[in-house]
Amino acid sequence: MNRHEYRNLVILVLPTAIVCIAFFILPMAKLVMIGGSGERGLVAYLDILTKPRHFESLIATLLLSILVTVTALAVATISGLFLERNRFRGRGLLISMLTFPLAFPGVVIGFMVIMLGGRQGLVSEISKAVTGDKIVFAYSIVGLFVGYMYFSIPRVILTIMAAAEKLDPALEEAARSLGAPQWRVVLDVILPALKPGLIASGAICFATSMGAFGTAFTLATNIDVLPMTIYTEFTLNANIVGAATLSIVLGIITWTALYIARSLSGSNAVAAG
Amino acid sequence: MRRPWLFYSQLAFTLCVCAFLIVPVIMSMMAGVTENYFYGIKSGITLRWIYEVLDIYLDTIYLSLMIAVACLAVTLILGVPTAYVLAKKSGRLARMFEEFLVLPVAIPGLAIALALIITYGGFRDFRSSWGFILVGHVLYTLPFMVRSVLAVLSSIDFKTLEEGAASLGASFWQRFFGVILPNCRSGILAGSLMVVTLSVGEFNLTWMLHTPLTKTLPVGLADSYASMRLEVGSAYTLVFLIMIMPLLAGLQMFGTPKDRKPEAQSDDMTGKTSLKEKNL
Repeated sequence: MNRHEYRNLVILVLPTAIVCIAFFILPMAKLVMIGGSGERGLVAYLDILTKPRHFESLIATLLLSILVTVTALAVATISGLFLERNRFRGRGLLISMLTFPLAFPGVVIGFMVIMLGGRQGLVSEISKAVTGDKIVFAYSIVGLFVGYMYFSIPRVILTIMAAAEKLDPALEEAARSLGAPQWRVVLDVILPALKPGLIASGAICFATSMGAFGTAFTLATNIDVLPMTIYTEFTLNANIVGAATLSIVLGIITWTALYIARSLSGSNAVAAG
Repeated sequence: MRRPWLFYSQLAFTLCVCAFLIVPVIMSMMAGVTENYFYGIKSGITLRWIYEVLDIYLDTIYLSLMIAVACLAVTLILGVPTAYVLAKKSGRLARMFEEFLVLPVAIPGLAIALALIITYGGFRDFRSSWGFILVGHVLYTLPFMVRSVLAVLSSIDFKTLEEGAASLGASFWQRFFGVILPNCRSGILAGSLMVVTLSVGEFNLTWMLHTPLTKTLPVGLADSYASMRLEVGSAYTLVFLIMIMPLLAGLQMFGTPKDRKPEAQSDDMTGKTSLKEKNL
């Protein structure tokens, strides 16, 4: 590659580099610095462990995200394997419907939970007709769980289907011809082969749940998930240092989870040589 | 008869999952055109709520479309050349740059919005303009454009094409505009659909960056869910769904670049695959 070409490539990438540095790297650096700029310096970053309200919020968000990830993986594995291994009429439509919610913003997903479990929701109507009591779950931790499941399932199904497509049918046949019952085939052949895909999609699901703001915002539950705590610290309490430290910690958690996902699934972006 | 039993129980399960995802959407669409949701559809079908939404929130729809178009223009100008450079250079610097570029997808929008407000919030005119929201949207959608174009570039042998053009005397810029860009068409189209879909639906960054005078559609949605009756929120959601439907159909049709290698294809059967990495 000659020097002219090198110069031209730099010209091509320069505008992006400037935008990226000016509007992302510098502001993020400033956010990190502000987080450590209080009277106590970098010790402020430990607040998330020592301040009860922050710590509770962290634990609640972690537990919720883990629970959602595990449940979504279970549900999506059953459906994803089914959709990948069977061909029937309406399969394409079913896949389209299952992935339709991918395009919804978090706020709309919150609203869907209200349609299901709000005061005028489906579950409330049915439970009133059956037992006479209205069951309203949208504004509790159950509502958050349902909302997070709503956005997790489509994502995980897509990844599982992609992973299931690469399974080698010969392995299963071998296991079966050796006399393994269906459940042993699932346990010893299919699930181990899906493992990288499961971990990768689980990590994406976990990261999204940790950072989800719109859904929690719409449901306005009394359980403060981390993004909501950051939001209230910043807007209501004007605690900029607190909001900065919390969002840095949250950013590190989600980035790490996605990094794991990428290194397992083999990033498609770094394929070029 | 073991297999049919397994087939039907899995089918039933999958249909239940599908119902969980789709029933609330249908309910919300119905509520948007129902006279009074409390009494159900028998109270009459009406477009009243839709008109009310257009009356109150029309400017949010315009602003969202405007920002989406501007965002698309910026990501095209920035993203396509960047993808080319990243496809061409494999060094450490290029990979590091790519890592920084995709970082806005990996960290919550809230953090990026806070950083932007802390750094540029003091510039009053900038802070109160829709350009401030645009900056957030560009940061967030640029990785999707770059990846989409990069995926096409890494699946075709563009270096041989370029060598051919160069041996015929084409200059660097002639090659870039005459050979590279036309070959990236499918990736550019898929990336564009993705950018517009993401920008129109972006809430996390936008909620922090907006001002009372720069409300976008999702900000208006959150506002209507919190303060309006269910029918209005539903009608507004319906308007939003109608807006993104063509984009989704486009993604389904053009989301998978045709000239991809077979192994890259498998990951992209619905064309919506990249959407699974968006923040919520």
